[in-house]
Amino acid sequence: MRPEGFVTGMLFGLLLQRGRVLRYDRQLGALLLRDMTIVKFMLSAIVTGMACLFALEAAGMARFDVKATVLGANIIGGLVFGAGWGLLGYCPGTQLGALGEGRWDAAWGIAGMVAGAALHAELYPLLSRTVLAWGDFGRRTLPAVLGVSPWLLIPLFIFGSLLLFRWFERKGL
Amino acid sequence: MIVRQSSVRAPGDGGAWSPYLAGALAGILSAASVLWTGAFPGASTTFSRAAGMAERAVSPGHVERVEYFRRVVPAVDWQFMFVVGIFFGALLSAVLSGSFRLQAVPDLWRSRFGPGIGRRAAAAFAGGAIAIFGARIAGGCPSGHGLSGLMQLSASGLVALACFFLGGIAVARALYGRGRGR
Repeated sequence: MRPEGFVTGMLFGLLLQRGRVLRYDRQLGALLLRDMTIVKFMLSAIVTGMACLFALEAAGMARFDVKATVLGANIIGGLVFGAGWGLLGYCPGTQLGALGEGRWDAAWGIAGMVAGAALHAELYPLLSRTVLAWGDFGRRTLPAVLGVSPWLLIPLFIFGSLLLFRWFERKGL
Repeated sequence: MIVRQSSVRAPGDGGAWSPYLAGALAGILSAASVLWTGAFPGASTTFSRAAGMAERAVSPGHVERVEYFRRVVPAVDWQFMFVVGIFFGALLSAVLSGSFRLQAVPDLWRSRFGPGIGRRAAAAFAGGAIAIFGARIAGGCPSGHGLSGLMQLSASGLVALACFFLGGIAVARALYGRGRGR
């Protein structure tokens, strides 16, 4: 498993670097709604990966691994993550790439993340009794929640992304 | 914000690809990874494993007593190597394309908060600690929830990704204001 992870990560890092999505200025540009480069990258990855994965799954060649929907955890944890992201200007994965590009302020973020993860591990018993238990709906997918076929949602996601891309380009975002 | 990387390139910043192309290739790569090893890209659990490994070097007995480290074992796994690979892939790509640049303080940060390394270090360290704490509660980060989650049309991926951006937009606006900073 480990050499495969390294090779996949190398290729991922190359794509992140070439797409210019690693930089603080780009990440903050998206959060300030001025430069949508990272949103373009993310949505392109999501819809392309979605089409490929559902085709692979239909052919019996891929198994899905859906994370549980726990609204308390997803919403509170998500907002807390966002607040830290706005301050740091890198994501957990992309900061390693930013460091690789020479943006060495990412090293402070990496150290902070190791410290934050250690704190999370200490507080886990408390968290699991509270926020991690609030609004637990189990492993849910959007097709199951909405009661529609994924093959309806996938074209909608693609179409919606293309509309958004067109708007970004018109606005010069 | 008018300058797009496809049309204008700063000197010493070669090799940029369209974010649409790079993103689409990242989507194909994610699907190929699932086909190859069954592993979906993610990053945030790696920091829990790294914290456990660091703590074990200092105090092995303590790690044994922490319940979380029995669930998330402090050891190198696929995702850990994936995250390490991102560093080397970006380094190689930046060096080969001539866009590697040692920088202590990002341009936008400098324009608002000045060139001081200490100030940036404190904010980045605190931001990293807060971000990972939230990501571990949410159950993932923009790669695990955002990319890998939404690719599978997971409900949690959509909720988490929306909240990542809401929290991020609020703090970015607090730091830079609506129209300032550039």
